[in-house]
Amino acid sequence: MNNLPINPLSCATEGAGGPTGTWRSHRPVIDPAKCTGCLLCWIWCPEGVIAKEDRSINYDYCKGCGLCAKECPAHAITMIKEADHE
Amino acid sequence: MSDTIKNVKLADMPAYELVKAGTGGCAGCPSPMGLRIVGKALGPNSIMVMTPSCAVASIGVMPKSCYDVPVLNVCFASAGASAAGISMSLDAQLKNGALSGEKPTVFTWVGDGGTYDIGFQGISAAAERNDDFIHFCYNNEAYSNTGVQRSGATPKYAVTTTTPAGKESQKKNVPLLMLEQRIAYVATASLAYPLDFYRKVQKAKSIQGFKYIELHAPCGPGWKFASSDTVELARLAVKSGAWLLWEGEHGKLTLNAPTKQLAEGKMPCAELEEYLKLQGRFAHIMKSTEKAAAIEAMKSEIRREMDFMLGREKL
Repeated sequence: MNNLPINPLSCATEGAGGPTGTWRSHRPVIDPAKCTGCLLCWIWCPEGVIAKEDRSINYDYCKGCGLCAKECPAHAITMIKEADHE
Repeated sequence: MSDTIKNVKLADMPAYELVKAGTGGCAGCPSPMGLRIVGKALGPNSIMVMTPSCAVASIGVMPKSCYDVPVLNVCFASAGASAAGISMSLDAQLKNGALSGEKPTVFTWVGDGGTYDIGFQGISAAAERNDDFIHFCYNNEAYSNTGVQRSGATPKYAVTTTTPAGKESQKKNVPLLMLEQRIAYVATASLAYPLDFYRKVQKAKSIQGFKYIELHAPCGPGWKFASSDTVELARLAVKSGAWLLWEGEHGKLTLNAPTKQLAEGKMPCAELEEYLKLQGRFAHIMKSTEKAAAIEAMKSEIRREMDFMLGREKL
């Protein structure tokens, strides 16, 4: 019992549910030339892995749900099969 | 898309993330999607109360948590009582000097099971006492976390594991009950209208007393649709009239766009079938010989609801 931390509280940390990027079968890829910066992908990404500033994607945790590609009004996001991605 | 992105000022929403990436939630889950917007509206000075739900299962494994604010996981029936106790305790500590500064926003994030059924008396009692917190119900219309059993929020005809032939009774209307409890603020919201939701959360934060916000939360595994379709389903629910957007202060009701325009007939409703056919839980209806009659019955229920709310708005 003495080895327990004094304050046994969980801390907010990325990847609390594990390396969820490994769940992905397809990865979203953004074409910066088509992106209008409307930020809809940023607000709708369930995991918040799309950065507000530059729409870069954190593939460590992107689960590949495909919502961003489906909702992008400029069709700037494509879902590419992981195996085909170099 | 057009009415969703009209006047978008998403850029004004803070970059603050209440939900850290890499949650335990399913791909396309509406719960972290909604919570991210809640976090942007409320900020980090908040305390969250949860009852058993996917939102709890998504937290992750100790010593990590995907939520950036203190979270209390309480028993299923006690969201109303627990949040009320925390809020009163903060008031007492602010009064006696144990705490100083701005009072943290106390809010619950509870599913429809913890709101409509198991948690109902505690929430109704907190509403009646006018306790100072925001109750969020993220309504995925079933007990999805435990394997998609029917709840009081499951719509008629929907298949769940406990209604294998489709639910026979109508769903409850808890937001309407809250409106009639004349609470400080009550609103319904949709993930397809993030700015409307954000505004409603900000408004709730600014009001003292009991606030209730219900977010329609389409659940992929529960309703059986693709993970990319969460927002599309939320949008079609609003546009077909299956989910109404409105808000009320002390019993005074206001219908919000586009529900108001749909109810007044200034804009045609989207075909209900477009909404139903994307969901596996209604597949038995779509294949049935009674399809036309069932869809007609659902449409007349929507019309009744809209007429009722238009009349209620005049009070």
